[in-house]
Amino acid sequence: MNRAAVAIDQLGRTVLEYVEEMGKIALLFLSVLRWMFQPPLKSHLIFKQMEFVGNKSIFVVVLTGAFTGMVMALQGYYGFKMFSAESMVGSVVALGMTRELGPVLTSLMVTARAGSAMAAELGTMRVTEQIDALSVMAANPVKHLIVPRVIAGVLMLPLLTVVSDFMGILGGYFVGVHLLHINSGIFVKNITTIVDLDDLYNGLVKAAVFGLILSLIGCYKGFNTRGGAEGVGKATTEAVVLSSITILISDYFLTAIMF
Amino acid sequence: MIELIDIHKSFKKNKVLNGLNLKIDSGLITVIIGRSGGGKSVLLKHIIGLLKPDRGRVLIDDTDITRLNDRDLNTIRKKFGMLFQEAALFDSMTVKENVAFPLREHAKMSEVEISRVVAEKLKSVGLTGIEDKMPSELSGGMRKRVGLARAIALQPEIVLFDEPTTGLDPVMTEAINQLIVDTQKNLNATCVVISHDLESIFKISHKIAMLYDGDIIEYGTPDEIRASKNPVIEQFLSGSIEGPIKII
Repeated sequence: MNRAAVAIDQLGRTVLEYVEEMGKIALLFLSVLRWMFQPPLKSHLIFKQMEFVGNKSIFVVVLTGAFTGMVMALQGYYGFKMFSAESMVGSVVALGMTRELGPVLTSLMVTARAGSAMAAELGTMRVTEQIDALSVMAANPVKHLIVPRVIAGVLMLPLLTVVSDFMGILGGYFVGVHLLHINSGIFVKNITTIVDLDDLYNGLVKAAVFGLILSLIGCYKGFNTRGGAEGVGKATTEAVVLSSITILISDYFLTAIMF
Repeated sequence: MIELIDIHKSFKKNKVLNGLNLKIDSGLITVIIGRSGGGKSVLLKHIIGLLKPDRGRVLIDDTDITRLNDRDLNTIRKKFGMLFQEAALFDSMTVKENVAFPLREHAKMSEVEISRVVAEKLKSVGLTGIEDKMPSELSGGMRKRVGLARAIALQPEIVLFDEPTTGLDPVMTEAINQLIVDTQKNLNATCVVISHDLESIFKISHKIAMLYDGDIIEYGTPDEIRASKNPVIEQFLSGSIEGPIKII
């Protein structure tokens, strides 16, 4: 009984901490919105972050997208073959990529690459007093550090998702048509018949939301780092874990709302 | 004029400042001394509004900065320059971009003017031709001097120094001391310095304040501090392990 009470107490604490953390992140988001619309725009900082989040993630997104499409084609083929419906492989790959796997996998990869870097960079700036230095020089740290990263996250994730979707379908085509000998005309025709533009658009909306989540959480964790190198390591890990969980949970709700 | 009135500050259960009162005279170098971890940096961060007290008021030229919103606090902060303990240079920017940062933020200057002021400020701290270097390429002493150049770029009325000579060799320590004295003279600024380095303290200070147990227990000229009969100050100045200051 006592042990059960302790377990429930612990669970309650964890949930409360998560909710409290989300509240603080929401407050940070409001602060970001406030500073985003206050001139000057600091466009050079935004472009620098867009390059970091976008351009420098392309390779990993291309690789992830292509192999995901390829494995989906392979798995789909064995499933559909049982019903002699191999020609459906193309549409399943395209639907899966545009609606779900494109945005989710891209966001998870960018979280690992750029979200973690945001937490580590801001965390190091916090423990080496660079963020205090900004405040002392009457330069708002949210405007200088967080706004550009959040804008970059929201703008670049949909673009990266388009790349991922394209590479996934291309990978699926390669496996389906060249390795599994599905007729290429039917493969493409099934995609264009079944996949709607709305599938793509909704996937891109998801990607933008995930971009907001990963950049906001990465910045929040970095910004609130305490305690030297160990603190920076902890902030980075927490940023990746919390972003990934939040992306996956919000993915369910976004899907339920949009499709 | 900087005035701290009845400042209380705790971090969780650790009470750091306990009803502290201090009036810092304008146009002088005031050094705050005290034990490591005794709240000197916390005190400095209250003066510039990086920390807010749990209770009490911080007056800068008669304005209570603890009650200001972000915009008004930033207006007050433009009067300040601060040299951080490890210089806190932005490591993603070159030396020039670091020193130019406050100019680009707050002074409406052309790029040519900015380059001229940056070179001038770097020269005033004894550095030339390092504008394009990154902070990671600099030695500790150079970083502090670049930090000082950045702190004085906008000709501040008040300059804060957080342990400016810690970790430097004796020659560089002397150079930094001289820069603090020169900065005060050239800008006619109020300088607040945190330090443990007794030799430096007596060399540069006009006034000394001793922080102990969360409050200022003595404030006076170097001669007055030297002549103090307060056992805490006597022990601190002699470096004895016997006395009211307990080693934890």
